[in-house]
Amino acid sequence: MTTDAHIHVHHLTRVEGHGDITLDIKAGKIQQLQWQVVEAPRFFEAFVRGRHYNDLRTITSRICGICSIGHSLASLKATEDALNIKISEQTQTLRRLAINAENMQSHILHIGYLAAPDLLNTGSVIPLAGSKHHDTLLKIIQLHRLSNHMSDLICGRTTHPIRLVVGGFTAIPTPKQLTTLKENLQQALPTALDVATTLQNLQDKLPDFQRETEYIGLTHPTEYALYDGTMTSTDTGPTTENKNYQSLMKEYIVPQSTAKYAKHARASYFVGALARFNLNSTQLHPHAQDTAELFDLKAPVYNPFLNTYAQMVEFIHNIEDSQHQIDRLLTKGPKDEKPITATPKAGRGIGIVEVPRGILVHDYTLDKNGLCTKANCIIPTNQNHGNIQHDMEALVPTILHKSEKDIELTLEMLVRAYDPCISCSTHYLTVHFA
Amino acid sequence: MTKPRVAIFDFADCEGCELQIANLEEELLDLLSIIDIVSFREVMKEHSDDYDIAFIEGSIMRPQDEERLRNIRGHAKILIALGACAATGCVNTLRNQWTPDEVKKEVYGTTKLNEQLFNVGPAKAINEIIPVDYYLHGCPIDRDEFKAFVTALALGKKPETPTYPVCVECKKNENICQFELGNFCLGPITRAGCKAICPTHNSPCDGCRGILKKPETDCVKDLVTRYDLTYEDLKRRCTIFNSGKEACQ
Repeated sequence: MTTDAHIHVHHLTRVEGHGDITLDIKAGKIQQLQWQVVEAPRFFEAFVRGRHYNDLRTITSRICGICSIGHSLASLKATEDALNIKISEQTQTLRRLAINAENMQSHILHIGYLAAPDLLNTGSVIPLAGSKHHDTLLKIIQLHRLSNHMSDLICGRTTHPIRLVVGGFTAIPTPKQLTTLKENLQQALPTALDVATTLQNLQDKLPDFQRETEYIGLTHPTEYALYDGTMTSTDTGPTTENKNYQSLMKEYIVPQSTAKYAKHARASYFVGALARFNLNSTQLHPHAQDTAELFDLKAPVYNPFLNTYAQMVEFIHNIEDSQHQIDRLLTKGPKDEKPITATPKAGRGIGIVEVPRGILVHDYTLDKNGLCTKANCIIPTNQNHGNIQHDMEALVPTILHKSEKDIELTLEMLVRAYDPCISCSTHYLTVHFA
Repeated sequence: MTKPRVAIFDFADCEGCELQIANLEEELLDLLSIIDIVSFREVMKEHSDDYDIAFIEGSIMRPQDEERLRNIRGHAKILIALGACAATGCVNTLRNQWTPDEVKKEVYGTTKLNEQLFNVGPAKAINEIIPVDYYLHGCPIDRDEFKAFVTALALGKKPETPTYPVCVECKKNENICQFELGNFCLGPITRAGCKAICPTHNSPCDGCRGILKKPETDCVKDLVTRYDLTYEDLKRRCTIFNSGKEACQ
């Protein structure tokens, strides 16, 4: 039983970006408990002003190295919406492949390199080399390499994609490359299912913690929504129009901290793989459905630690879905299409996609010369910060019987389960010291 | 031979260059046979202040970041700028055309902010604060260049990086010149080392590896005349990645 403790985790490890956790307990009572973001703000929305629409994708991709494909796609969708560019069916299919590749890369990185060491009692993935988990490590590396190879093939590069431009692609894979990729994906499926089984064997290491919250993500009538869809809440249903995103993502300022959070129907909401699973699990492909069953996941799932497991389910879905997308491309082409161009005009455009960590919005206003005059980006991690804080507040009283060290580890695991991308979120989430 | 102790640190950036290290996959395990990684917050919990070589990723925004950077410089025998944010400021320096107050207002609105929490100055490359021994350029860095760099350092050699333009590598790849395709490419004035990856994917070079110390200005004049380009366009293209003080070093 811990009755007095001061826990301060400075620069939490194995997450993207810099965040701190502070917990003070005196005589068994929580005096202070905060999830703090200490990353330096970068102000992207301010400095894209004055830039030409063709440069917006290049610049905003640099918000995040892990989800640069997602930022690129949200940026392109917003730009194309403002300029009224209608992209081809082939471009849409290739973009769906790009988003699958990034989801796979980011998810397996999080599952294998960032989250798994907690379940295997190591400080990082490095000691797993040569240990009894060596084979699992090799499988994770193999899946990570395949995901990056797929990003390279579709986008030209996995971090800061090259081929994705306004109106289409500068280059596309050959039919032979696509056929080989499909074979590689088929071969990777059993490997991914093996990793899922290993994860299932470790599932009892997760805290049995439940906290119902609101889950927000895209939904789509005919597919598990990632590239396209309607913004939807588990509490209030779909929005009438994605242009009204600000009615679903209400930002507010915490008076004592200046940090912006987002809420909607409740005090906070959840975005990411678990939110998507809770909204769309019936649209998962068959092996992904089986994997959800293996993990005993039935929507709605209220344990935030299971976000990592929902990511594994999505990883398998992405492998299956990519094969369908490749078939579509091979049946109809792929054709050598030039990116669709437009005459610059004044207007506003909104691009919304699901990226590994949740729903992402880019919103640009362009002037008559096609220069950006106003930008707004709503980042998944930003939307999750409030929910992380509320989870911590509900979780800590239930784990006070544990040692200080175990409480600290459990809180670290909670934050890691959200797979936060703090670099992304700090263009408006700010320093927040106790 | 004792293995050099290597630490990797990040400041304001996207962490994409660190990700290139993780993306070495099995080859990272090979590198671990010639170096010891003693600090790498993005992927490991362990940390030590006892290191020989420090890689710095990210630009510097605040006094507390400058202090942390000076402290690292004090520990490291060799310090390397890892990627464009550290080497030149990358896209971060685009905001330096406005005051910190102006960009805060644009992003956070008119709500009064705690100035202690928002004490940002201009975005800086790391050599505006401390001496830098070597530079690994690019946004992101090239994985092969990183491997060669680390291998050289482990052998006690001086790592070499190209001093010629991207065009040299582009020609090697037998690409059609981007200017011939109607695009404004920065390859002629940008330092090589990326294997001309953007033109190879049919996209003009954006100059992310920084402008050469002595670019062939006659060549640029010739291109501007021959392809009917404007210096305004050149400036627009150059300032995506090279708006910082150190960008043309």
